[in-house]
This record gives sequence, structure tokens and C-alpha cells, in this order.
Amino acid sequence: MTTHRARRAIMLSRRTAIAAAAALLPWRAGAQAASGETFAAAEQAILAGRVPVTAGISLDTPPLSENGNSVDLTIKVDSPMTADDHVSSIYVLSEKNPFPRVAAFHIGPRAGRAEVATRIRLSETQSIVVLAETSKGIVHRGTREVIVILGACVDGG
Amino acid sequence: MASATIPARITMPAEARRGEIIEIRVLVRHAMERGLDAPGLRPVPRRIIHTFRATYGGDEVMRMELSPGIAANPYVAFTTVATETGEFVFEWLEDGDVTYERRQTLTVA
Amino acid sequence: MRFAAAVAGCLLAATASAGEVRAPATFLSSDLRALQEDASRHPGWLWVDEGEALWKAAPATARPSCQGCHGDISSMRGVAARYPAVASDGALLNLEGRIERCRAQNQSAPAFGHESEALLSLTAAVALRSRGMPFSVATDGPAARFLAEGRRFYETRQGQLNLSCGQCHDENVGRRLRGDVISNGIGTGFPAYRLEWNAMGSLHRRLRACSLGVRATQFPYGSAEYLALELYLAARAQGLPVEAPGIRR
Repeated sequence: MTTHRARRAIMLSRRTAIAAAAALLPWRAGAQAASGETFAAAEQAILAGRVPVTAGISLDTPPLSENGNSVDLTIKVDSPMTADDHVSSIYVLSEKNPFPRVAAFHIGPRAGRAEVATRIRLSETQSIVVLAETSKGIVHRGTREVIVILGACVDGG
Repeated sequence: MASATIPARITMPAEARRGEIIEIRVLVRHAMERGLDAPGLRPVPRRIIHTFRATYGGDEVMRMELSPGIAANPYVAFTTVATETGEFVFEWLEDGDVTYERRQTLTVA
Repeated sequence: MRFAAAVAGCLLAATASAGEVRAPATFLSSDLRALQEDASRHPGWLWVDEGEALWKAAPATARPSCQGCHGDISSMRGVAARYPAVASDGALLNLEGRIERCRAQNQSAPAFGHESEALLSLTAAVALRSRGMPFSVATDGPAARFLAEGRRFYETRQGQLNLSCGQCHDENVGRRLRGDVISNGIGTGFPAYRLEWNAMGSLHRRLRACSLGVRATQFPYGSAEYLALELYLAARAQGLPVEAPGIRR
């Protein structure tokens, strides 16, 4: 058996795997139609007219997500976390998931640090937007693009 | 509303110094069924954990709102300042008005 | 054990294109490798916890629990590294099969069933006790016939894509297939938590996905075909560490 033939066979399997992947992901269809709220509307609702500061948030995600089912996300906000100056809420928004509001964390000065981590689902390559609201009414905004790559071996068994 | 137990793995120190910031990591077994309704598929109703709450000595120290965009078997990590010896209560609220609960004590020296 | 390793050595030398067989963890990204080692974040530990509870739980049949006969689960150290193995009646059993048989014979309890949460949990908890230990399955004596069957399965082209296992896992190992890096295809991390599944699953579940991938017949869980293949894969993995419960994409 020649390498050439192996390559052809693998390309073929790649094509069928893509078709299989598409068939197994009905969730991708009709982005954000499911929730009745768009990403822009969700962000506007949280901002409530305030202009966000585009600093103070560090977002850690893998630049390439190996599987959209589980994407690590760590959020750190610069804050003294004192009684009169602390982060009170952290919102995670997705540009392209069916539901733009992915998670919200409500914390306070007892957290000691404004730092949370979770694992999220991403339907496709997109930007994650994080808004952090402080006790002083300031909103910080951070964003990060995550490329979602599909594995070759999608499951049917 | 009755509280049931749920398979969960809570990683936190058993003891801490007063004023120390401790990290708490929580894994819970849950499919986070986001609900499916597409041509050719049998519709499945949504059943997710929509809220996770942690109290420490009776006070809420963290509350998380979850969506279908949270990965199955949800993981969350957060921090809190060790103030006094007390009980942490971790509560998960699931669609359909079901609450699950786990407790753990932190000893503060 | 040294003899088994020597047999495996000959076997690998005889597989012309096999080259070096590397541990599955070496094909994982650094993120997933770290996750595999971190019990505070690895969701597979939720199954391990359940398995440890099952180990101590008496079955409904008034027979002893696993612990009642075997003692603490730490007594299972090294066991997973020796499976699949041929039982005294000549049947080839993998770790799941061994647990099910023990349950039927010694606990008079109904089988948990292939791919049941209970069986995956107990298997994961038992396999964890061998984590890091080198695979050392017997390949001689009564196992030789099964090994030959497994090897034939591995080397035979199958399915609409007409591919053998080795065409991906030996000849194209290390190359990318879409987002994946093709590994040597050994099962040392199973049962594993696979992100694709959002759950723990057995090696046979993974093999069914492979069969589907090349558009070949998917054999049932616990089938003679997959058991023989599992033995051959374990023979390829001789000396490599048990990674179960693994993290896979």
C-alpha cells in the first residue's frame, strides 16, 4: 500500500467526518434565535447606558479550543475587593451561541480576589465578551477570540 | 423544597488562617441537557442547573447563574476570605424546582 | 512480566511499519495533559468517586461487597495493567468483563450492563489503582490465539473507506486529521472522560466510534472482535503507563 493511497483515504474520511459533524450539531443552526435575545441586546441590557472601560480584565482561554463542548475560561479583574470598591458581578457573553448570556457570577468583598473560572460550550469560533460591574458603578469590558476546531473522530457509537 | 444529594467533588482546604484567601473548586455531575428540537430528532426538554450558590457561615459568598452554554458536569472555581470556622453550604438549583446540596466545614485558626 | 515484555518486543519488531508506540498522553495538548492529572478539575473523578462507593456497597443479594472479599480497593493495584486476560475457562475478559463475572459468580447479582454508569464507575475506580504502572498483559499461552485475532483485526482494511487501523495509527501517526493529532491508538487511558461524549466511556465505545469513522461494521460492546483488538492494543502498549481515567478529546 502506498502513502499516496493512504493520503487519499484520509482525505475522504476527513470529508465524511465534516458531513457527520454537521449532522450531529443541530445546535449550530439559527444562532441566538433560541433565546429571543441577541448578543447586542444582552450587552446593552447589562451596560444600561454606561460606557465600559476596556481595561482591567484578564481573560484566559485556550486560543484554539479542542472541543466546543468544553472550553476553559478563567477571568481575573483588577480590583482591591474592599467594602467600598469591589467587583459585584461578572457577566460572560457569547457572540454566536444560541444563548448570548453564558454565565453570571455574583461576588463581593469576601471573595478577596475577583477571580473565577468555569468551562463553557462554544458553538463555533467567536469572541467571548466579559463585563465586570463594580460597587462604584463602573463596568469593565474584556474580550477574547476563541477558535473552535472540530475533531476528526466525531462519535456516533 | 427538598434537598437531594448530587455527585459532586469539592476541592478546598480543611483548614486556613484567618484572613487567608482560599480557592474553592467545585465539579458536579450533571448532563446540562440544553434541550433539543430539530427536524428528525425527538424533542428533549431542557434540564440544566441554572443556579449555583455557596454560603459560608450562612452568608452568600458566591452565586453563579448558569445557562445551556455551560459545559456538562459543570466546573466552577472561586475564592473567599477565611474569616471564622464555619460551614459552607453548596446548593445547585435545577430546572423543575429541584435543589441539591452539599456541606463542608472550614476550620479557621 | 519480563517474559511478557520480551514477547511484546518481538511482536512490535515484527510489525514493520509500527515504529515506536507512544503513550496517548504525549499526543494530548498541554492543557488536556494537565487536566488529566488534576483531580480537582477532571470530571472523570466524579465516576471514580461513585466507583469507590460501589466497591464498598453490598449488593442486594445478601452477598459480600467487593470490599468484603478483596479488602480495600488499594488491593487492586496493578490489576488493570494485566487486562485483558484469559480466565480459567478460556474466555478472554477485559477489566469490565472481569468485574461483571465477579458480580455474577460471587455476588449472585445481575450484570451492571455494558456502558452502564455503575460499570464505568467501578472500572474507573479499579483502573485508577494502576495509574502510572506499566502495561504487562500476558500474550503467550492461551492468550496467543486472541492476540493473533486482534492483530489480524488491526491489520485488515475495513469499511467503505477501506482503511486498516495501522494506516492511521502507525503510518500517519503524529499528523493532523482536522483538529486531531493522530495517536498510536492504544487504549491505556480507558475508561476515559471524552469531551466529545461529555461523559466517561469505555474503550469499546471509542472503538465503535473508530469503526464508524471508517464506515465499517460497529461491533457490539464486549464483542469477541473488540476484546481481541483490546488485547492486541494492550500488547502494543506493553511497558507504557496506565492513564485511566484518561481525558480524551
